[in-house]
Amino acid sequence: MKNEVQVTFPALIENASLARLMVMGVLTPLDVDTQQLTEIKTVVSEAMTNAIIHGYEGNPHGLIELKIELEDDRLAVMIKDNGVGIDDVEQAKQPLFTTKEEEERSGLGFMIMESFTDEFHVDSAPGVGTTVTFERKMVSK
Amino acid sequence: MSIGINVQTQGEIMFVTLTGELDQMTTDQVKLRLMTAMLAHGIKHIVFNLKGLAFMDSSGIGMMLGRYNQVKALGGKVFIIGMNPTISKVFHLSGLHQVMTVIDDEKQMMRVLEEAI
Ligand SMILES: Nc1ncnc2c1ncn2[C@@H]1O[C@H](COP(=O)(O)OP(=O)(O)OP(=O)(O)O)[C@@H](O)[C@H]1O
Ligand SMILES: [Mg+2]
Repeated sequence: MKNEVQVTFPALIENASLARLMVMGVLTPLDVDTQQLTEIKTVVSEAMTNAIIHGYEGNPHGLIELKIELEDDRLAVMIKDNGVGIDDVEQAKQPLFTTKEEEERSGLGFMIMESFTDEFHVDSAPGVGTTVTFERKMVSK
Repeated sequence: MSIGINVQTQGEIMFVTLTGELDQMTTDQVKLRLMTAMLAHGIKHIVFNLKGLAFMDSSGIGMMLGRYNQVKALGGKVFIIGMNPTISKVFHLSGLHQVMTVIDDEKQMMRVLEEAI
C-alpha cells in the first residue's frame, strides 16, 4: 500500500496544526500507539513552525510545501520553505541553540526532530530556503 | 483547537492549568495571561498542570522557560505536572528536568512543593 499526499500552505501559524492533522490522517490506517503518533505530530509541528517563524519571519505570503508518503509502515515527510535559509545548519541543530532567544524560544526544535525520527535531513542555503525531510518506521500494535 | 487557561494563586504560588493545544498559535495568549497574574499577585513560584493538554511542542517549552527566567531572579521555582511522555523525553534529553522540577505523580505535589519552597 502506498499513499502520497502533497499540499502547499501559506505561512500562517494555524497551518501548523492543519499539517499535524494531515499527517495523522495519512497514518489512520495503521494501528499504532498514541506515543508514536504524538512524536510524529511534534516533529511536524516543529518543522512547520520553523518554516513560518524563521523561514518567512511571519510573512504570510510565503509558501510551505508539505509532502507526506506512507508506504506500508514507512512514513516519509518533507517540509519545504523558500525563506531566509540557515547559515550554519550544524550550529542550528545544537540543542538549546536559537537565534530568537528574546522571543522565548528554547532552541529544541531540531533536537526534537532528530530524536523522534529514524532518518532526518536538513538542506538549507541562505536566501534560498530550507527543506526538512524525515522518515520513520511505524510499529503496529 | 484553542487553549484553555486556568490560573489560581495561593500566596506567592501560581497554579496554572492548561487544556487544549499549546503551540505557537496559543503561547502568546498564555504568556500574556500569566504575566498579568504574576504582576498582580507578586508571584514567586509557578506550578504548571499540563495533564489536560491534547498537544504541546517546543513553543510551549519556551513559554514555560520564559516564566522560569522571570521567577528565577526572585529565587522562585517552576514545577510541572502531567507532562506527556514525548515532552518528558525532550526534558531529559535537553537537561531541562534539572532546571524546572517535574512532578510525576499529582498526589506528590504538595509534598514536593513543601520540600522545595
Ligand atoms: N526553516 C527555517 N528557516 C530559517 N531558519 C531556520 C529554520 N529552521 C530553523 N532555523 C534556525 O535554526 C535555529 C534552531 O532551530 P530550532 O527549531 O532548533 O530552535 P528554535 O526554533 O529557535 O526554538 P524552538 O524550536 O525550541 O522554539 C532557529 O533559531 C533558526 O535560527
Ligand atoms: Mg523551532
